[in-house]
Amino acid sequence: MTDVTDLGVAAIRDGIRTKAFSAREVADAFIVKVSKAKALNAFIVETPDHAIAAAKAADDAVAAGETLKPLAGVPIGMKDLFCTKGVQTTAASHMLEGFIPQYESTVSRHLWEAGAGMLGKLNLDQFAMGSSNETSYFGNVISPWRRGGGDNAALAPGGSSGGSSTAIAARLCPAATGTDTGGSIRQPAAFTGISGIKPTYGRCSRWGVVAFASSLDQAGPMAHDVKDCAIMLEAMAGFDPKDATSLDLPVPKWEAGLNSDMRGKKIGIPKEYRVDNMPAEIDALWQQGIDWMKDAGAEIVEVSLPHTKYALPAYYIIAPAECSSNLARYDGVRYGLRDLPEGANLQEMYAATRAAGFGDEVKRRIMIGTYVLSAGFYDAYYTQAQKVRTLIARDFESAWMACDYLLTPTAPSAAFALGEKSADPLAMYLNDVFTVPSSLAGLPAMSVPGGLDKNGLPLGLQIIGKPLDEQGVLNAGLAIEQRAGFTARPEAWW
Amino acid sequence: MTESTYRIHGDTGEWEVVIGLEVHAQVTTQAKLFSGAPTAFGAEPNTQVSLVDAAMPGMLPVPNRECIRQAVRTGMALGAVINKWSRFDRKNYFYADLPQGYQISQLYHPLVGEGAIDVQLDEKDPESPTKTIGIERIHVEQDAGKLMHDQHPTRSYVDLNRSGVALMEIVSRPDMRSPQEAGAYLSKLRSILRYVGSCDGNMDQGSMRADVNVSVRKPGGELGTRTETKNVNSVRFVMQAIESEAQRQVEVIESGGRIVQETRLFDPDKGETRSMRSKEDAHDYRYFPDPDLLPLELDDAFLDECKASLPELPDAKRRRYEGDLGLTAYNAAVLTADADTARWFEALLAESARVQKKGEPEVARAAANWLISDLFGALNRLGKSIDTSPVSPEEGAELLALIADGTISNTIGKQVFEIMLETGDTPGKIVEEKGLKQTSDTGAIEKVIADIMAANEDKVVEYRGGKDKLFGFFVGQTMKAMQGKANPQVVNELLKKALG
Repeated sequence: MTDVTDLGVAAIRDGIRTKAFSAREVADAFIVKVSKAKALNAFIVETPDHAIAAAKAADDAVAAGETLKPLAGVPIGMKDLFCTKGVQTTAASHMLEGFIPQYESTVSRHLWEAGAGMLGKLNLDQFAMGSSNETSYFGNVISPWRRGGGDNAALAPGGSSGGSSTAIAARLCPAATGTDTGGSIRQPAAFTGISGIKPTYGRCSRWGVVAFASSLDQAGPMAHDVKDCAIMLEAMAGFDPKDATSLDLPVPKWEAGLNSDMRGKKIGIPKEYRVDNMPAEIDALWQQGIDWMKDAGAEIVEVSLPHTKYALPAYYIIAPAECSSNLARYDGVRYGLRDLPEGANLQEMYAATRAAGFGDEVKRRIMIGTYVLSAGFYDAYYTQAQKVRTLIARDFESAWMACDYLLTPTAPSAAFALGEKSADPLAMYLNDVFTVPSSLAGLPAMSVPGGLDKNGLPLGLQIIGKPLDEQGVLNAGLAIEQRAGFTARPEAWW
Repeated sequence: MTESTYRIHGDTGEWEVVIGLEVHAQVTTQAKLFSGAPTAFGAEPNTQVSLVDAAMPGMLPVPNRECIRQAVRTGMALGAVINKWSRFDRKNYFYADLPQGYQISQLYHPLVGEGAIDVQLDEKDPESPTKTIGIERIHVEQDAGKLMHDQHPTRSYVDLNRSGVALMEIVSRPDMRSPQEAGAYLSKLRSILRYVGSCDGNMDQGSMRADVNVSVRKPGGELGTRTETKNVNSVRFVMQAIESEAQRQVEVIESGGRIVQETRLFDPDKGETRSMRSKEDAHDYRYFPDPDLLPLELDDAFLDECKASLPELPDAKRRRYEGDLGLTAYNAAVLTADADTARWFEALLAESARVQKKGEPEVARAAANWLISDLFGALNRLGKSIDTSPVSPEEGAELLALIADGTISNTIGKQVFEIMLETGDTPGKIVEEKGLKQTSDTGAIEKVIADIMAANEDKVVEYRGGKDKLFGFFVGQTMKAMQGKANPQVVNELLKKALG
């Protein structure tokens, strides 16, 4: 019999419909997998009851001959940045340890309404700040991948959605939610050989998602392949009147619209993405991707995004600025951690609480953000960064005159070892160099696995699309997926 | 523009006072600015709080269209520029009554730009000169919660009921030169807000409060350093705060000191201001555009609706009362000063015209006089306001009609009104039941006159002998015998005939 944990979302959904297996069998199989994978530290909280309840509902519906919901009986992982009613939500911080929301985020509610169940809350970089999942208060997430040749160094699963990427790659769940502020879905997907899409800013509601940088945060799915991403995104997206930046548009039928025929499409190759010191393997994979696109019928054009080199600095001003303000609510007054030393006044309580509740990376970004918004520095940093952001958006608009999608590497390297970059924040920030520009412009972008490097580690290719053209991005991703034939998976060592 | 002659008399001569007001007016709506939570005043602590107001993780603000609409209507009523594109900014600071750690406000691009208000320099004298006070801007922002220090010996409690309530901050130009001008400005602003219905103006409930900016200078000289006295919550206190603060500043300067730019508090018990914090420890609020909100863009249809929904405003109403209704300047001023009074008067007027089948201008004077003297007198005595008046405009109109058509006299009218206040009965019923109807029955009156003349033969002789003044005596006796119900004109005619 098939091991159902090898299956993706579509196969599980279809198998339940055709009664090849029950939803309960699926849930049970994944629950066992999760419980045996503690070494990966992908989950902060496990919620087997939630998954079982959804499975039972699906099986009842099958037995009653009812029409099944789109994700009926599919158990998924939920990044612990989404508030889940009655289930601890921490953003991987000490600050929110023990915090149990009395409300359900819009995205997770959409998923439950579509019939999905939750296996647990997934670990992440604290408050989604990090690219290696080394900033979680609940410990590092370990990638299931290892370099070949007996090198057992623990590798980064990417970040901030590192629990999500690890859980999917290790087949602890067929799909998971992620959030992407500057690459937090795409870079971990690339590091672990899975797919992930960040939709157009505004497609998925931010209501109930612990905020990092409001103008950039966007939820999206992570899964084994493009089709599963399409299915998940259809369930997650949709207008939400509770989010003023939500797009009031119908949700397209992305799964039904999948089509990998690239004839008549133009793929832009941005020359500014050829950065210094990029490993030859990344360059080679990029060229391979170009060839695959040609093979799919696309025309390749070189385009220029002249302000690319300013994207990372602008991002590391705008995102910390917003975070410094967004995280002000964690003050020990109403919920979460409160550190009240004997005799402390209000200011001292704030200081003690925030010193104890936030990790180093969060503090670093709050301090950077506070600095760039300060009187006398605001114009030089924040205003300037906003101008750069506008110029970057304009770069993309010009590119769309010449092409339909952009193809780039997702990250400048394969997964690095835990600890390798954690002492050097700037080296860490450079990981986002290819993902940040499209975040600043609010564009849909996805990462699909392209191949392995010489150490046997996955490498990802990124497709960036026009605003609202998730369908095109998924289609281009599918064209690559079909040609890459990526079947590598980590050997279970945990 | 009229120049104020208000001066502080210091040891070195006269000083001019320069005043600007920032008025925080709570928008009258059912729901808060960025959440659906209700805004009832006086509710139990922390019962009017949504997840958004408590700044729970992941909660987002969504602008309440009605709050924006009311601020736009207010701007229009002040003749101000409405900015079709505006934006919300975050003002960042930590305090226990501020759950988000920032207040959503509008620093860089306010909803409403420049406007103006004409104020009467002597509110008691409608003929006194007016002065135009400039409005710099109106922006919309969230209120904070409230700390309660009296609940526990060592702890403070937080009530978030007000957290997120919509405020309009109405910023004046520094155009005022005396406490009286500031008081007149504040009263007039309050009147306009109440007409528009965008703020109830209840200063004692905190729905309206003023930050008072004061500086002093030698008349016509360079502007001095200003201080800001926060959250003053009555017209009288604003005037007192200006007076004492200006006096203090003159004393500081004249004794060789320097005014520091600072935030001060007004102590109503002592009638003076005291320092709260100086500019040196002022917050750096790190304002920046709120990334949770898109810029606010208003279309023409929305603005047209706002414009169309504006009521007649006090100045226009006053001109109409004087011009079209023929009221005195004083009466027009009194009746239009407050929206509730004007509304009551207009209901009385319409009903009077209807029941008397006359035009409004024909019944306006009597209605205005009755409202201002009789009704206001009674309300004052009872300690009631016009919107809780025990007598309705319809009942008032019925009373005025009975007087106008001669059914009862003015004097009886006053009696009937007292009975109405006591019993709540309608004037018609009272006149009927108490038999107060005025009589023009010549037979009855003639009989009474004959009796009086018979009982006072000596006076009849005197009168006929040329003592004309005695006519009043006979009128009085007749009316007394008729219990005041005789038609005075008929009495006059019949007496003249009988006395010869």
